[in-house]
Amino acid sequence: MSLAASFRIAMRALAANPLRSLLTMLGVIIGVGAVVAMVAIGQGARQNVTERVQALGSNLLTVFAGVAQFGGVARGDAVQTLTLEDADAIRREVPRVIGVSAEFSRGNQQVQFRGENYNTTVSGVTPEFQEVRNFKVERGQFFTEEDMRTRAKVALIGRTVQNRLFGEGDPIGQRIKIRGVTFTVIGVMEEKGATGFQDRDDVVYVPLTTAQRRLFGVTHVRAINVQVASAEEMTEAQAALTELVRGRHRLGPNQDNDFTVRSQADILQAFTGVSQTMTTLLGGIAAVSLIVGGIGIMNIMLVSVTERTREIGIRKAVGARRRDIMLQFLVESVSLSVTGGVIGIGVGILGSRLINQLAGWATLLSVQAVLMAFSFAVAVGVFFGLYPARRAALMDPIVALRHE
Amino acid sequence: MSLIRMTGVEKVYRMDGVEVQALQGISLSIAPGEFVAIMGPSGSGKSTCMNIMGCLDRPTAGTYLLDGTDVSTLDDVALARLRNRRLGFVFQSFNLLPRTSAVENVELPMIYAGTPDRRAKALAALEAVGLRARAGHLPTQLSGGEQQRVAIARALVVSPSIILADEPTGNLDSTTAGEIMTLLDRLCSQGITIVLITHEAEIAAHARRLIQFRDGRVVRDMATRTRTVSPGAPLR
Repeated sequence: MSLAASFRIAMRALAANPLRSLLTMLGVIIGVGAVVAMVAIGQGARQNVTERVQALGSNLLTVFAGVAQFGGVARGDAVQTLTLEDADAIRREVPRVIGVSAEFSRGNQQVQFRGENYNTTVSGVTPEFQEVRNFKVERGQFFTEEDMRTRAKVALIGRTVQNRLFGEGDPIGQRIKIRGVTFTVIGVMEEKGATGFQDRDDVVYVPLTTAQRRLFGVTHVRAINVQVASAEEMTEAQAALTELVRGRHRLGPNQDNDFTVRSQADILQAFTGVSQTMTTLLGGIAAVSLIVGGIGIMNIMLVSVTERTREIGIRKAVGARRRDIMLQFLVESVSLSVTGGVIGIGVGILGSRLINQLAGWATLLSVQAVLMAFSFAVAVGVFFGLYPARRAALMDPIVALRHE
Repeated sequence: MSLIRMTGVEKVYRMDGVEVQALQGISLSIAPGEFVAIMGPSGSGKSTCMNIMGCLDRPTAGTYLLDGTDVSTLDDVALARLRNRRLGFVFQSFNLLPRTSAVENVELPMIYAGTPDRRAKALAALEAVGLRARAGHLPTQLSGGEQQRVAIARALVVSPSIILADEPTGNLDSTTAGEIMTLLDRLCSQGITIVLITHEAEIAAHARRLIQFRDGRVVRDMATRTRTVSPGAPLR
């Protein structure tokens, strides 16, 4: 019997029970869809961070308060030794440093404008922030050294905050309240979009000194961004900087650093590692659901073989060989998994688009992942179809014909 | 030269550990073109014997030569080929594929034979049994007699040398049964060997030879009165 004939028989059998076929395919659809969407999210996040880091340039060092743990950075208020004075000292004393910006941020702060309420990140930064982090003002102007000294109650807002609080209105010159303190909006930052799971436009910038004293009542900073003249001088600058800060923090030769110096390359590497692990993990979970889908196919194929025992007997009586019967049921199970795979790819693509639009996460479809998920689905169809097909093929024709 | 030659054929079934001797040394031979009726009480082994003739089952002991070939030496592929090309089956319960039109049911053996022009040949076979007009009907839309005619068309479409019919009229009323027997008479007159199992003497009377089974043995094998059969003639 030809493959085309087997295919027609299989299609007819599947069409005879459309709902059952669809439900059987659902496992594979969900499995393939999940693999495609999960990998797209992982890849998207990775590409986004890579782009962001590259845009910042390879000559940026970041000093974090606290000690690195497991490739990440321990943050929080536990370590309060890093200060604005450290930043000034770095600016003055470390050679080849062309820009320094200290910052202190806190998430989930209430910002009010008239009746509107919005929770966002409030970030205290220094005037050099714009150049050092390559994050420009779109309208209005950034705050100055004078604002720093006077702890001026001025703020610049990200695009997301602007949309939430002001809608279509002009925010410049308006008064907003942050933690109950009134600030004047003096500018709007350019749009940066999302990085991974974080919206970089969802932030309010205020002078660092204002944030420290008027808002949070602290004297330390969370991080200091240091711009080095060129990428080649990074190592030297990092060593000099570490030496300086250790001296200023009075750390003895046997004491560990109470801060962490990271280059963008380090951060990129750490993030890439994390996202790789995440992608593998999510992909793995999705693959498990594919196997569950395969078991569903096997289950239904076994039911189908039993139901069609008499049909198998008839086919054998009129001259079907074992391999014809085997092929017929195998084609049927593979058709289920392939159709499920194709629909699953569609669902995965649609799903990652939806996630991109609704949650704002960057997604990047990977042809590799699509092909892998699809071939896995085909393999599942063959593997889980083999046993039922074999059972059908080995059936005794007399017993099969007598089956009620 | 006999078409079917069985020598000392035995068949032992094992059911729940108990051995059942279904056939206890059957020896018979059937020549090409014969019309043979097999009768006997239930459990006498006639169906088992027909299953062996039809290459659906293998004897436990003894030899079965089909057209000179010892069937016990053949593998699954060769047996399937024999069933496909040389044998046609007609069952009491028709055994048509459900949800499959009459013409597609008739095409079935040709799919496994890889025959070209299947549709035209299937329609011709349906024409031969007088069901050309109902080719597109599903089994559920056909009467019992019509279903059995479709089954006969399926059996003869590959031009087999033997048609094995296991109580083909068992589920039919006597008028329809008569039509089916007329059809088989005609096929026999065209040179096809027909082996028929039946309980009814009236049906067996169509055959020219009667073999009686009892307890897994042939107890009587005799020629019946010779009938002249004109194709398509009414039975009564």
